[in-house]
Amino acid sequence: MRIGVVTFPGTLDDRDAARAVKYAGAEAVSLWHGDADLKGVDAVILPGGFSYGDYLRCGAISSFAPVMTEIIAQANKGMPVLGICNGFQVLCEAHLLPGALTRNHELHFLCRDQTLKIENTTSAWTTNFTKGQEIVIPLKNGEGSFQCDDETLKALEDSNRIIARYVGENPNGSRNLIAGITNERGNVVGLMPHPEHAIDSLTGPTTDGLPFFTSVLSALVGK
Amino acid sequence: MGKIVVDVMLKPEILDPQGKAVAAALPRLGFSFATDVRQGKRFEITVDGDVTPAQIAEVEKAAEVLLANPVIETFTVRSE
Repeated sequence: MRIGVVTFPGTLDDRDAARAVKYAGAEAVSLWHGDADLKGVDAVILPGGFSYGDYLRCGAISSFAPVMTEIIAQANKGMPVLGICNGFQVLCEAHLLPGALTRNHELHFLCRDQTLKIENTTSAWTTNFTKGQEIVIPLKNGEGSFQCDDETLKALEDSNRIIARYVGENPNGSRNLIAGITNERGNVVGLMPHPEHAIDSLTGPTTDGLPFFTSVLSALVGK
Repeated sequence: MGKIVVDVMLKPEILDPQGKAVAAALPRLGFSFATDVRQGKRFEITVDGDVTPAQIAEVEKAAEVLLANPVIETFTVRSE
């Protein structure tokens, strides 16, 4: 199983994402933003960071990178795609996911261990969780407030497309405490907190992030 | 040389924490006039010669796909 990890100029978490893929038992394949070539990977991760310096809007310029043309085409055919933090912003800008991520409501950049409640265990990236499971993984962003119109919010809620919610106080002003969502098909997932930083207790607060990466392998094997 | 100006604003229902921070700072400096502040973006696009309606139409398209995010923002295009 080969999982691509995209590097844009300004990406920070590509190495940790690749490490998480290896921990899960798959091969990590580096993909470059400027190449419209997915190297035959089975799934793709858009990691966190500050691609293109967050210029214009977070993820806006990255969403037009040559590699994204291929990713959008494959995602629409069902290839699993996980966008973490900046990757989530890219997926929203690319219209693979609805809504948008805006400035944290208190304006501060946040960096802390965050408790989440897993709500959807049917997406390609969450089958190895149990519904209602609480996990602790790092949250670090300046623009993580999930916003969308009322109609979209209702559609997300009604079709069980909320992947995870923040537990406790709303850290960034996201509507309905949303930390992550998926598309209708369940193959594209965007998540604001960082599971790739929580796969080994030596380097992270927990190992709670690992099931995101093992779930996709189960999804691909079952295909 | 002509100039096309694109103003981008967050939709009224989208929370604008930057605008709120500015609104909170004004009274601290003795400016008491503001009941609300919204912060936006302005793009100034230079073109050769006078601005044509076709160029305005093209910029409107560009604003729709790149300069603004229609999910959370509105925009206006005009020549100046």
